Amino acid sequence: MEFYENEMKLEFLSKSNNEAFARIAVAAFAAQLDPTIEELADIKTAVSESVTNSIIHGYEDCEGIITIECKIFGNTLNIDVSDSGIGIENIDIAKEPLYTTKPNLERSGMGFTIIESFMDEMKIESIVGLGTKVSMKKMIKREEVAHV
Amino acid sequence: MKSEYLKKDKLLILEITEEIDHHTTEKIRRRADYEIERFMPRKTIFDFNSVTFMDSAGIGMLIGRYKMAKMFGGTVEIKNVNPNIKRILEMCGVLKLVPIVNEV
Repeated sequence: MEFYENEMKLEFLSKSNNEAFARIAVAAFAAQLDPTIEELADIKTAVSESVTNSIIHGYEDCEGIITIECKIFGNTLNIDVSDSGIGIENIDIAKEPLYTTKPNLERSGMGFTIIESFMDEMKIESIVGLGTKVSMKKMIKREEVAHV
Repeated sequence: MKSEYLKKDKLLILEITEEIDHHTTEKIRRRADYEIERFMPRKTIFDFNSVTFMDSAGIGMLIGRYKMAKMFGGTVEIKNVNPNIKRILEMCGVLKLVPIVNEV
């Protein structure tokens, strides 16, 4: 069977009204793998969490560029969300459920927990002062993958 | 968001009409707090019938409204939640504070 590949890249400003744009764009790209409604919801939620993190935490009060790169290999979708923001000092602590540095903004501290449970893989790379990259992987569980 | 207050039952119904994320919660929060302060309802119900998407921003928003309503002696419930949103609510344990009412 032929091994299908495709990729796309998005760059946008860290404005909160781009959260909806980002998740809808990634979902539209993922649609070629013919995901179920549930899988699509998982992807949209994970992208939304990750982009929101870049906006609120990465860039805090200033504006910067958020980059999303998506790659399809066979029936796997890889999504990388990166920013050039402040970075994360301690990734293990940041990943803990309910941990948030911004409780005053009514943040639940569940972002990374949700990404981890909705996606098949999640990896965080971060350098303080340089930025953060969250890499996620989602396998679209179909016996036959339909390509348009 | 649409709101309706039933004075007889001291019941406030807030129908959310947009997707719930960090961007939209700001507006929802302001409106909901305004209505809760104004009516001091015994019960506030968020109607999720037209909500097609919610991420963890919604969790923070719901917990915040729970605290707000509690301050005025009321409770918060939600109804008409789609299965994907229900999974997030369950995972985060919000349903203990803000239960789902049985859909009629």
